[in-house]
Amino acid sequence: MAISSEDVQHVARLARLELTDAEVELFRDQLSAVLERAQRIQQLPLADVPPTAHPVPLTNVWREDVVEPCEMGEPILANAPDRDGEFFRVPRILEDAE
Amino acid sequence: MPSTDLWRLSASELSTLLERREVKAAEVAESVIARIEQAEPELNAFISRTGDAAVRHGSRVDDDRANGAHLSPLAGIPIGIKDIICTKGIRTTAGSKILESYKPPYDATVWSDLRDERTLLVGKTNLDEFAMGSSCENSGYGPTRNPWDTSRVPGGSSGGSAAAVAAGMVPISIGTDTGGSIRQPASLCGVVGLKPTYGLVSRYGLVAFASSLDQAGPMTRSVRDAALVLKTISRYDPRDSTSIPGDRPDYLSGLGRPITGMRFGVIKELSGEGMQPGVVERFQQTLTTINRLGGSVEEVSVPSVTYGIDAYYVITPAEASSNLARYDGTRYGLRVEAPDVLATNRATREAGFGAEVKRRILLGTYVLSSGYYEAWYGTALKLRTQIVRDFEAAFGKVDLLVTPTTPTTAFAIGEKTADPLQMYLNDICTIPANLAGSCGVSIPCGLAAEDGLPVGFQIMGPALAEATMLRAAFALEAEIGFDGSKAMS
Repeated sequence: MAISSEDVQHVARLARLELTDAEVELFRDQLSAVLERAQRIQQLPLADVPPTAHPVPLTNVWREDVVEPCEMGEPILANAPDRDGEFFRVPRILEDAE
Repeated sequence: MPSTDLWRLSASELSTLLERREVKAAEVAESVIARIEQAEPELNAFISRTGDAAVRHGSRVDDDRANGAHLSPLAGIPIGIKDIICTKGIRTTAGSKILESYKPPYDATVWSDLRDERTLLVGKTNLDEFAMGSSCENSGYGPTRNPWDTSRVPGGSSGGSAAAVAAGMVPISIGTDTGGSIRQPASLCGVVGLKPTYGLVSRYGLVAFASSLDQAGPMTRSVRDAALVLKTISRYDPRDSTSIPGDRPDYLSGLGRPITGMRFGVIKELSGEGMQPGVVERFQQTLTTINRLGGSVEEVSVPSVTYGIDAYYVITPAEASSNLARYDGTRYGLRVEAPDVLATNRATREAGFGAEVKRRILLGTYVLSSGYYEAWYGTALKLRTQIVRDFEAAFGKVDLLVTPTTPTTAFAIGEKTADPLQMYLNDICTIPANLAGSCGVSIPCGLAAEDGLPVGFQIMGPALAEATMLRAAFALEAEIGFDGSKAMS
């Protein structure tokens, strides 16, 4: 088994996913099968090969900083799960300052 | 032809009739919508439909044409857009329940360019959730079925786009291709599907899956239509920092020119081993066709190519796990309220994401996590370089590379859902072009003897070789004479 149930639970926590015990087992087995196959590439002589993160050799793409009108305010707010006028209402992230 | 049968025509055929004012765009739209009404209950190719607006826009195209306006060849042509491409004010779900009521505040460049040419949007097509899948079974809105045999999958992730075109519900559609998501469903549904060179077509407004590989491209019933659509959607876009600067060539002008002397390389590692016999037979037959047309065929080794799938299933989950972190129930999309912010994040993602998306987020998080990053993600990026180099070496010897598009014809619904690795292996021939950033097209090359289902022939070119690739595809298409009418019956 390439990864354990604990590994699955650990990455689920990092990724903010909630998994049932049955899902943990299922994903452990399925991801292990994928990783066991993919492990082949770690045996290849790639030590001196540089990485490619991106296929197009473009770097430092600049443009002029020109102000353009943006009429998206209301359509963006209309997608909010919860709003108050022109504000997004979001879950509280700070404790009361007592 | 009675106006009720207009849905059977290609975009190029419709364009000629529209320009001669022999038919009206509104009639074309009505014919296509009637066909959708007829076929949709069985196929489920669309997530949202916009037929009424299409007829309205069609009438305006007709008015302008009657007033002597000079319009684009695509003006008045109905189109389906994969529901992962943002359409302002029109729901865009990415096939996910987490975006069930999301209405983008802006248009993707691909769509705004097609809208400016005055194509008629008839609906948003079904897909595997966030384009993760090879069968369209991972959609949050039910699977699409293959019009050749409704017990089979249409392929994926652009399965709705492929099925809609094959069945005559639209003459043209737009798909996206991260590891084969245009070419594989095109192959399984017997249509033409083209993945452009990375950076040729703007990604602005595509819901991101794996940003270093995603590309949008045309799905059509003819190579000419694919060239026509590509001409419209390929341009430099300052809103996409990975857009390739400079002008694009005219993809139509080379169509019809002979392919005498063109060198085709068969990738030795992907030429038949483990593939369905009927697929191999049609593939071999197409190689003979190339010879008959005066092209040369030779075997080329691309040693790293069979490892592409392994690198792909490290790199794309890694990028996806990062891209999908934005779905946290805060600013848009689904929110499932829970006592605190962490619990809200978790409950939202638990309810909103399907199993395949969770699988890829977990896999991506794992290969990027502390202690594993170098061995997994780092190695996959090195293998990607090796594939780029091997492709460069191969394109030093031949003009184009060819493979079967998929190892098998369309498989049964449910056949591979329990075994993700088997599902992933479907993309073994298409993934290398995405990793290398080069272009590829799948054209139908006949039906497999054992099941009567379409077989796709993949042609790949080096970066920015779309014109050459299309010229070859056009010559082969004419000689093959594929009959797709069964899917339209």
